[in-house]
Amino acid sequence: MKITICIGSSCHLKGSKDVVEGLQQLIKANDLSDQIELSGAFCMGNCVNGVSVKIDEELFNVQPSTTKSFFEQEVLTRL
Amino acid sequence: MRKFDTKIQHLKYKVLREVARHAFEDRITDIYKDIPEIIVPGPKPMMRCCIYKERAIVNERIHLALGGDKSNPNVIEVISIACDECPLSGYEVTDSCRGCIAHRCEDVCPKNAISFDSEHKAHIDKSKCVNCGRCAKVCPYTAIISRTRPCENACKIHAISASAEDGAAQIDNSKCISCGACVYQCPFGAVVDKSFIIDVIDMLKGSENNTKYKTYAIVAPAIYSQFTYAKLGQVISGIKELGFFSVVEAALGADMVSYTESTELVEKGFLTSSCCPAFVDYIHKSFPTMVEHISHNLSPMATISKYIKETDPGCKIVFIGPCTAKKMEVQKEDVRQYVDSAITFEELQALFDGKGIDITTLDETALDNASYYGRIFARSGGLADAVTQALKEHGLDDFEFKPVACDGIEECRMALLKASKNVLPGNFIEGMACVGGCIGGAGVLTHGEKNKTTVDKYGREAMEKSISDAISVLGMTTDKKD
Repeated sequence: MKITICIGSSCHLKGSKDVVEGLQQLIKANDLSDQIELSGAFCMGNCVNGVSVKIDEELFNVQPSTTKSFFEQEVLTRL
Repeated sequence: MRKFDTKIQHLKYKVLREVARHAFEDRITDIYKDIPEIIVPGPKPMMRCCIYKERAIVNERIHLALGGDKSNPNVIEVISIACDECPLSGYEVTDSCRGCIAHRCEDVCPKNAISFDSEHKAHIDKSKCVNCGRCAKVCPYTAIISRTRPCENACKIHAISASAEDGAAQIDNSKCISCGACVYQCPFGAVVDKSFIIDVIDMLKGSENNTKYKTYAIVAPAIYSQFTYAKLGQVISGIKELGFFSVVEAALGADMVSYTESTELVEKGFLTSSCCPAFVDYIHKSFPTMVEHISHNLSPMATISKYIKETDPGCKIVFIGPCTAKKMEVQKEDVRQYVDSAITFEELQALFDGKGIDITTLDETALDNASYYGRIFARSGGLADAVTQALKEHGLDDFEFKPVACDGIEECRMALLKASKNVLPGNFIEGMACVGGCIGGAGVLTHGEKNKTTVDKYGREAMEKSISDAISVLGMTTDKKD
């Protein structure tokens, strides 16, 4: 599975760094490093609702505070 | 609000704007027919002897706006017919000559070039004079002065001179580093940087609103000192309005560079920076023995572009900055795969106006990726500060960092000269070809005293305060929490 996090300016200001770090920790804690590939992208054309995160081609909006629930509800269920 | 420093910039801008307008409106074929008369409506000449010469020069300007002479690899070119062939070269006797009796000037001249008219005033025979300057030194009235052409005066590395044939300026490509100093200084606008705005407009159009591929703009941090009639966020909106998909700070590339350059320095013990393309070109052309010491990092522009091309293969990338030498850098073997074109702030203004975009009416778009340190690369001394910080963040405080920040190509020359003889009191040369750093570049709209403080202020506004925080999302740093 590939998770792409928007690190464009708008999402950056909304905390994409925290989302990236949150996901990195969750992936590590769940020992999923070999199943999930994290990557960055500059802008997904969804600036207003960011932080934009894509699981493969599916677009989600995540905030630093909702990273954990996003991981549990959207990531773990798709594996 | 004044948009440009000089009327020459304004003239060049008007041509670029009209070329851009024609390109946006798919009227490329009318360019040579329409634009000379738009710029020089007549019937009275505005700048030169007659409207026909003015229009002929506009034609040359159009040619340069369309990419110039393809057979000339240099991105800086002389418009020979625009060159006024300034008769200012060398020593001249001024009105201050009192026609004295001593004639020290005559006595000291080794070439017998000085003669006197019926009023006993001195004259220099240009065919004999070798510009040794002795006469000027001995004149008790300082009546003899040395006048150099503005272009020659601007070019501290002596790459531009009068041609023996017709006296027009000519550029020695084996020396020229494309910094654009002569472009900015020529009072007749006879030296011009080639423009690639047509390529950029084609790229934007070809993307079909970023559906076929995406076009990214990388903006240099010097932008903060520019477009002062609007807010930075409006400039960014304007760039997106032109058709760019996203705008990314070159300063983020600068953060990446200082982070890796600091460890490279510790490893090698001595380095020169690689950010300024004119400085790098200068080392290659004038100090070939120092080439091995140039940092192996790509420039910030190329570094961030490489990252973007990896995240979005097939995308197009345009650099927008204060620099004419970047136009040369993007053609280099190891850079052209990452950056598709480079334009200046002058040209960006022409693109806005050519497409009828008034940026002051636009909402603001955020531009925030880089740290304070990445952003201050725009001014002299910033890179050295960033490397100091990067060493700290790497925990390499023990390394004795002795940077030599060179402000302008003359200081670069001195430092390189010393380093090549192993007498430089330092282990890192920060080379910036333009005085002041990038904010002093030839492609900026306005040069001002306040530009440095403005860039520092912009740096402090960055959300990320450290280099490693700014680049952590790029997966380059090891997780500090481990």
